[in-house]
Amino acid sequence: MKNEVLAKFDDRNDPHGITRRRFFMGIGAGALGATASGGTVVFMQYLEPNVLFEPPTKHVVGVPEDYPITSVVSHPSIRVYVVRTPRGFFALSAICTHLGCITRWNEQAGQIQCPCHGSRFDSSGRVLAGPAPRPLDHLLISLADDGRLVVDVAVVVDPEYVLRV
Amino acid sequence: MNDLSTNWNATPQAGVGRRLLTRLTGSGVWRSVFRHGWIRTNRDRALTIYSNVFLHIHPVKVRKSALPFRVTFCLGGLSLALFIVLTVTGILLMLYYHPSAPRAYEDMKDLEFVVSSGVFLRNLHRWSAHLMVITVFLHMLRVFFAGAYRPPREFNWVVGVMLLVLTLLLSFTGYLLPWDQLAYWAITVGTNMAGAVPWVGDEIRFLLLGGNTIGENTLIRFYVLHCVVLPLGIVVLMAVHFWRVRKDGGLARPL
Repeated sequence: MKNEVLAKFDDRNDPHGITRRRFFMGIGAGALGATASGGTVVFMQYLEPNVLFEPPTKHVVGVPEDYPITSVVSHPSIRVYVVRTPRGFFALSAICTHLGCITRWNEQAGQIQCPCHGSRFDSSGRVLAGPAPRPLDHLLISLADDGRLVVDVAVVVDPEYVLRV
Repeated sequence: MNDLSTNWNATPQAGVGRRLLTRLTGSGVWRSVFRHGWIRTNRDRALTIYSNVFLHIHPVKVRKSALPFRVTFCLGGLSLALFIVLTVTGILLMLYYHPSAPRAYEDMKDLEFVVSSGVFLRNLHRWSAHLMVITVFLHMLRVFFAGAYRPPREFNWVVGVMLLVLTLLLSFTGYLLPWDQLAYWAITVGTNMAGAVPWVGDEIRFLLLGGNTIGENTLIRFYVLHCVVLPLGIVVLMAVHFWRVRKDGGLARPL
């Protein structure tokens, strides 16, 4: 008995199909949904800054003559190693590929070592030991018009990249 | 029990204090706020809980078997007490702390060496934070070993896990605020962990840092999360958590 009474007032059983109530409920729900999804997009855009006041990524690291052939020179302030081999120059990021600590060049061991979790790399950035998942990033090193070396820490290049001077 | 539930009507022989109390609890203002008399009958005791928005989260009656120390080790209550200490000391620390790169470290140092009682407040905040992580974790262990996560309490376990996560996030966001080397590298490591999430990791890291590296944006983001967003979330979930303890049948009793 009770169910029959309820069924009479259930819009889904209405012989006329869509009732006015269902129609406006649909419009209301649609408007709320559109507003919510639009709001989410706008909110996410708001969270993402459009202008960043971050330090410049291009750094001058001296002239080629500063670097003896077969050497690893650390530039701690810009977190870069400049490596010179008989084949030429390349630049390694000093940021450990594990969790972002700054690694250190150990001259005696001939290794790049991370103080945080013990990762070790050779002078080409290849992983020798530790939790680092991949080799150190190779960064773009180029020769400026005035003959000085420039490293761009924002540009990661292929590990085969070598600058011949 | 009997004399406690006796209604204390103010008789001409009653003392001044009792007559004042009777007048106070009979006044319109008192009745409009509390809707029950001075707590002297069991009915008043129950009404005290029922008719108070804060106390009604707590059960009106607690089983005697749930009261011994070894049942809960008071770990949930200790976590709440530490949260209150952290809120009070945190608000006081906010009065001297500017979340900006040039000021943050200096303000932290000022709190240590210049502000009266600043070092006490800062250390209270710091140690309470460490302790809260420990008590929340031990609380989880206690609930686990008491089997108190089992139905009908399984949803409250989920709420508890969310509270644990919020506690850890509060610790993590607070870690950056001293703006020293430890803070910088801890957040470097932590946000790089967030960067390991598949597909969206780099985006999450960028949003957390408000940029590509830790800077001014990161500090203000972590400050807002630490002082506003996460505390609001944890207060709401704590209310749900306590209320569910009552609704799910009180504390799980020893088997």
